[in-house]
Amino acid sequence: MRKCELRDLGWMPWRDAFAVQRSLVDQRKQGLIPDQLLIVEHPHVITLGRNACESNVLAAPEVLERMGVAVEPADRGGDVTYHGPGQVVGYPILDLKEWKRDVGAYVRGLEQALIDAIARFGFAGERIAGMTGVWVRGSKVAAIGVHLSRWVTSHGFALNVDTDLSYFRYIVPCGLSRPVTSLRDLGSAAGREQVIQALKDAFARVFDYEILECDRSSLETR
Amino acid sequence: MTDVVMPQMGESIVEGTLTKWLKKVGDRVERDEPLFEISTDKVDSEIPAPSAGVLAEILVAEGTTVGINTIVGRIGDSAGAAAPAPAPAKAAAPPPPPPPPPPPQPAPIATPVQPPPPGPPAPPAQEDPGPLSPLVRRMAREHGIDLAKITGTGAGGRITKQDVEAHLATRTVPAPAAAPPPPAAVSAPPPLPRVEPARARVEPMSTMRKKIAEHMIFSKRTSAHVTTVHKADMTKVAKLREKSKAEFQARYGFGLTFLPFVARAAAEALRAYPVVNASIDGDNVIYHNEVNLGIAVALDGGNGLIVPVIRRADEMNVVGLQRSIADLAGRARGKQLKPDEVSGGTFSITNFGSFGSIFATPVINQPQVAILGVGAVEKTPVVVEGDAIAIRSIAYLALTFDHRLIDGAMADQFCQKVKSVLENWSGEVL
Repeated sequence: MRKCELRDLGWMPWRDAFAVQRSLVDQRKQGLIPDQLLIVEHPHVITLGRNACESNVLAAPEVLERMGVAVEPADRGGDVTYHGPGQVVGYPILDLKEWKRDVGAYVRGLEQALIDAIARFGFAGERIAGMTGVWVRGSKVAAIGVHLSRWVTSHGFALNVDTDLSYFRYIVPCGLSRPVTSLRDLGSAAGREQVIQALKDAFARVFDYEILECDRSSLETR
Repeated sequence: MTDVVMPQMGESIVEGTLTKWLKKVGDRVERDEPLFEISTDKVDSEIPAPSAGVLAEILVAEGTTVGINTIVGRIGDSAGAAAPAPAPAKAAAPPPPPPPPPPPQPAPIATPVQPPPPGPPAPPAQEDPGPLSPLVRRMAREHGIDLAKITGTGAGGRITKQDVEAHLATRTVPAPAAAPPPPAAVSAPPPLPRVEPARARVEPMSTMRKKIAEHMIFSKRTSAHVTTVHKADMTKVAKLREKSKAEFQARYGFGLTFLPFVARAAAEALRAYPVVNASIDGDNVIYHNEVNLGIAVALDGGNGLIVPVIRRADEMNVVGLQRSIADLAGRARGKQLKPDEVSGGTFSITNFGSFGSIFATPVINQPQVAILGVGAVEKTPVVVEGDAIAIRSIAYLALTFDHRLIDGAMADQFCQKVKSVLENWSGEVL
């Protein structure tokens, strides 16, 4: 069975986590490490994907600064998104050549893992054609945006667990004027650890992995 | 030359958007070095160069979406603007001299592109334009250019895209009567292709815009739209509003407009004429027991339109209606509506009067069968009883109805009912 190392980076600013991703992508391309699944929680940040339209950031830079929200350009697909406390962010760094050379299948796979994970808490997640992500009753609970370089993936998904949804007011998430929700908002009391466990199981099943849990310190020693 | 194509990124993926070229024309690229980036379904991918060489041509501009296997550019096999014709034996030889200019031309100077010479035929050397790229052939075909009339500036006298563009540029400029002697032009650089100022800006539609477009065309295709216009004397309502406005604002924290009066009148008329509150399902007519009023809300900055729904509007008074309108409109503009707040409407009202329009012919909000448009309320001189002229607050009410289901007489009776409620408004707001 293919192996995937799981690393929970804990609380880490987006920019630092991006540096970790970049380093792991390089190592993955060289075949130095197996596939990786990074889990992280970011302080408030708005990231602009490659296709982002600045007008989808609704608040003025000064307002965001005052609110302690960073704005970062990101080399991933998709438009504008928000990350913040209460979100489980996952960055799979996978070499798709060893799975399927198919970005569509990969994105559908991420959606499936998220749908399976939230099903454990009793929610029927759905796909909406043409609007990548996972939706519950018409509201978006998880966003997806991926970068691919030589079939090695980076960036990934963000699942709102008990995110303060008011921060989404500052953006038009992914350029869509559709509502955003969280597991908490949908009525779940699921905690972060339970959600990560559910995600880990679902991810392993969908992508056919044996998950090896690594601690964060093994990162620095590489 | 190596063609660079939009790669196949997966089974279900038939096209991709070229988001960024990482190299410029003329840049050297190594095999497998990232050359451009594409975007497909929330995934950005870096695409490596298929071979080493020099990026010779970019055929697909950034921001363009093309099908897989479309040629997006070409890589030439050596440094230089365009790939040279293979010339193995002449590796160190100087580039061949440009073909001699036609003898009778007075001052050909170094301008390789001339308006078609009037008299003498081109020298034989120019008859065979040599190897041509598919792009050049296509451009020549599209613009009806005789390639024999173009002097190539590429390696070996080969005609490049730039030569064709320069030729096209000169074609549109009328040839000067007498060739003015260009001073000191002996070493003038070859003319640059003329840069046209952009005549248009191309932007993809937003998701909301696409939805609106679909919805509008769907409605026009579905219903037999007819609009009938009635004039309503709003004087009573205007006076009542004037009287209550300040206290209303103070008491409820939002203003009092004409719209809740019209909504109230429409709700009463819908109760009286249920067919206007119906929808068509195949060969059946569905008469809705609830009056759920859609209120069209223009989003700020011309960014679209959304129609939130006031449920059971017939059970509300003017205060309740105004509160719902203020709440839904505010949240529509703040993009905070829930999905079930924009669905389930049985009839809609659009208030184009707030933008100064007197009357318009609105499009039915499917699957409803009618929509009422409210024009601006304006003080107007009108003939009143006793053949006197009086100043009245007048508004035009335009009802667009689906003539498949609603006859003209029914539509007009409905409008008369709305008009009658408004004109004979009784009771206070507060």
